[in-house]
Amino acid sequence: MVAAAFFYLFASVTVAAAFMVIASKNPVHAVLFLILAFVNSAGLFVLLGAEFLAMILIVVYVGAVAVLFLFVVMMLDVDFAELRAGFLRYLPFGGLIGIIMLIELILVLGAWTIAPGVVDVVATPAPTAADVTNTEALGRVLYTKYVYFFEAAGMILLTAMVGAIVLTLRHKEGVKRQDIGEQVARNPETSIEIKQVESGKGI
Amino acid sequence: MDPEVVETAPDSAAADPVEAVVEAVAEPLFAYAPIMPEIVLAVGAMALLMLGVFRSERSAEPIMWLSILLLAIAALLILAQGNETRLLFEGTVIVDPFARLLKLLSLLGSAVAIFMSFDYLREARIMKFELPILIVLATLGMLMMISANDLIALYLGLELQSLSLYVIAAFRRDAIRSSEAGLKYFVLGALSSGMLLYGCSLIYGFTGSTEFIRIAQALESGGANLGLIFGIVFFIAGLAFKVSAVPFHMWTPDVYEGAPTPVTAFFAAAPKVAAMAMFVRAMLTAFPAITAEWQQIIVFISIASMLLGAFAAIAQTNIKRLMAYSSIGHMGFALVGLAAGTAEGAQGVIVYLAIYLVMNLGVFACILAMRRSDGMVEDINELAGLSSNNPLMAFLLAMLMFSLAGIPPLAGFFAKFYVFLAAIQAGLYPLAVIGVLASVVGAYYYLRIIKIMYFDSPAERFDPMPMALKSVLGVSGIIVIFFVAYPAPLVDAAEVAAKSLF
Amino acid sequence: MVEFWTTYGLPTAIIVAQSAAMLVSLLLIVAYLLYADRKIWAAVQLRRGPNVVGPWGLLQSFADMLKFVFKEVVIPSGANKGVFLLAPLVSTVLALSAWAVIPVNAGWVVADLNVGILYVFAISSLEVYGVIMGGWASNSKYPFLGALRSAAQMVSYEVSIGFVIITVLLCVGSLNLTDIVLAQKGEWGLLNWFWLPLFPMFVIFFISALAETNRPPFDLPEAESELVAGFMVEYSSTPYMLFMLGEYVAITLMCALMTILFLGGWLPPVDVAPFNWVPGIVWFLLKVFLLFFMFAMVKAIVPRYRYDQLMRLGWKVFLPLSLFMVVAVASVLYAFDLAP
Repeated sequence: MVAAAFFYLFASVTVAAAFMVIASKNPVHAVLFLILAFVNSAGLFVLLGAEFLAMILIVVYVGAVAVLFLFVVMMLDVDFAELRAGFLRYLPFGGLIGIIMLIELILVLGAWTIAPGVVDVVATPAPTAADVTNTEALGRVLYTKYVYFFEAAGMILLTAMVGAIVLTLRHKEGVKRQDIGEQVARNPETSIEIKQVESGKGI
Repeated sequence: MDPEVVETAPDSAAADPVEAVVEAVAEPLFAYAPIMPEIVLAVGAMALLMLGVFRSERSAEPIMWLSILLLAIAALLILAQGNETRLLFEGTVIVDPFARLLKLLSLLGSAVAIFMSFDYLREARIMKFELPILIVLATLGMLMMISANDLIALYLGLELQSLSLYVIAAFRRDAIRSSEAGLKYFVLGALSSGMLLYGCSLIYGFTGSTEFIRIAQALESGGANLGLIFGIVFFIAGLAFKVSAVPFHMWTPDVYEGAPTPVTAFFAAAPKVAAMAMFVRAMLTAFPAITAEWQQIIVFISIASMLLGAFAAIAQTNIKRLMAYSSIGHMGFALVGLAAGTAEGAQGVIVYLAIYLVMNLGVFACILAMRRSDGMVEDINELAGLSSNNPLMAFLLAMLMFSLAGIPPLAGFFAKFYVFLAAIQAGLYPLAVIGVLASVVGAYYYLRIIKIMYFDSPAERFDPMPMALKSVLGVSGIIVIFFVAYPAPLVDAAEVAAKSLF
Repeated sequence: MVEFWTTYGLPTAIIVAQSAAMLVSLLLIVAYLLYADRKIWAAVQLRRGPNVVGPWGLLQSFADMLKFVFKEVVIPSGANKGVFLLAPLVSTVLALSAWAVIPVNAGWVVADLNVGILYVFAISSLEVYGVIMGGWASNSKYPFLGALRSAAQMVSYEVSIGFVIITVLLCVGSLNLTDIVLAQKGEWGLLNWFWLPLFPMFVIFFISALAETNRPPFDLPEAESELVAGFMVEYSSTPYMLFMLGEYVAITLMCALMTILFLGGWLPPVDVAPFNWVPGIVWFLLKVFLLFFMFAMVKAIVPRYRYDQLMRLGWKVFLPLSLFMVVAVASVLYAFDLAP
């Protein structure tokens, strides 16, 4: 009963926050609502017994991704009048996509009424033994069955990194850069020159 | 202490660890042998990246050659694999004759694309070591796509390939058209990935598995339902985007035109082969039980692609845009084979892809040779009078154009022949008829290029063709002309490959 | 009804009581840590520090608190009011909530989560929001610059903290904080704690903790010589106090985390007669105080880093080093079959 109460709490806050993400006028507020939605989804994960996923969701999405979102959004100077001008133009197209998505959602929700046979077809997920924490359970499949996917994801991230560097990094000429190794390697012989200055003449 | 024991002890101690090490190395080597090409590409790409970073800009050309070498090694590893079907990672990755043949084609396309790009990159001052590495990474993605036997594996391979392609489309970052091409490709590609994922999630939800084999089993017993059909629609929409089939083709002309020409040559060849291979495998191994349901979608996008490719290309003056519409049309033809849903159809698709790859690489060798002292030209009219300026190039290009149009006895005819044959055998008469009509319309614009080359008054000469382009064009032309004499190797290999899907 | 109270009411009451006890003692300790910080700093500079309120100035922190509470809250006219007031709350509440899983003695913990360390890591990664929100909502240049610096800095150092935690987890085989402490128990006493085998990681963690909590020499978000007071420029009275409180609670949290990960939590340094009579909580507090003393000494002694140096240290030194250590530790554990 308590679990149900918390479910409804988290679920309703998630939905409300998700709505506010698209409804709020200020993009920074939108990102903050997005964060709220993330945190509440993490709460839902905890209720499902997937505490590892819940924590990773917070660490990765809220702690890193959303920070960068916020970082960018705060620095953007968004012109709302312009945004709204485009709104009516794209309304029919957006509405169409929205309706399709709605139909999809209804289909998913109504899956069991549309297709009563699905219950027999759908493979039941393998239950984990009670004495294995879900961190351990994930670890066991992640590096055995899913190791190929794991490495593939790594290659994708590498590619993304290479791409970002290729497309944006520019080495500016004439900028002084600090070379720590060179600084540390300095000694009196290389950096000090002793001159005998005769009085009255200067260097 | 007994001296004998002292003497023997080190020996046995040395023998054991060596054996243990050999065992520890050999066992995974054997277990992962089927995906050794992928491993070689991944490790090699990272090694080359390190080389490039530490050796800075000067290392670009050696890295281009090393990338080609890497692709060649991967191809050799595939050739050394024999003919059996192997499943890895609990059935999520499959290596069968189909995968091997198409992987070889993709590797060929990528390697030739790199081989053709030296002069262009030098001229355009974008000779950077990242380009060949990104092509190798894209090729790695293609191999993974072709071997994917699971929705997740499919998606990851596709995403690896697409990300690399987005970047190299915008590789000439100081040129506004190139950046635009990259951005457009990226935004639309992300949308299509989203649709694909949405479709995958619905398929997973209604079948309970992401593995093709188990999806097929679930459908066998449960049959199709509305939710699953919706999933498949979205899934096909995502895949159709990647092979640039109508109605998800909008990005193709802009990206082909904006991207640097060697990159366009690459886009038109290997990724198309890989995406089509993935398309075929996903449809034929995961959803064989409900062929009737997805067949109509494929028939529709196939017809639409063929017609749009044929009609829209007529008005083009830029040869890269023309090739973009041509590739849309050709993907439509290849999809005819898939629409049949039979082993013959799959065989037709494979033959089509192989010949398409060869023809396209030859044509792009010509396009890359369209250079005067003041830079590259892309207008079709610049080809005017090529027959008197460079008769051999004009002849080979004309042969390639005839072949693209599907005129017998050139290779392109056989490509079309096999897919239409499969369609007729599967009872898809309207599709075959429309396809033939579309290829007649398409012949118009291919013939127009030949007319410009042979009958218009000569334009200024092009710079002499670099050796690399000459050799690619020559080989491609020879294959196209003489395919009729000895089609057996490809057709037989394609037959074996197609059989392995069923 | 009775059943309802025994199944839900009683456990809730116990948790509330535990939390309250934890909070009250924590706040008291933080009050004296603040005082200690100022005294240490003063001692290094040959000053006397706070010495007026109460004997030796012992009540200084409470006097400060009263002063802050009774002042007027000033909200800048262009500020985004809701976010402006939310920011210090976020900062404090998050810092306090992480303490829910910190075991201060065998079994003395409010919530014994089996992903405790991840929970703490998650919470500490959220602390950046207080700073960013405060800096942005002030609608003023210096706070905004401070917030941007802080966002970049905290995200950067979180990465190496994550890797340090992973090396410890490799040696423990559990994400539960109590298990982490118990894994350090052994006949060698303090030589068994992880600070010795993982010494480089201990150093990295200590320095990253300084950056993560915006302490000198990494206090760039509030560098007074450049940004006046960074993200806190526009804050006054209670909201300002909440920021300060959140900061010190976070520092204490980091000290406690280091105690648990590297200094054996509540375990006595030598497991023999007079030492193991002392209750664990005392050892725990002593270790926290020791680490806090080091924090305070760093503040007093080390000059502030420049921003590019800070980023360089995080990405080019700590990240590769900690990544290498993860691989090295894993290899050693695997090669000598030490993995739990």
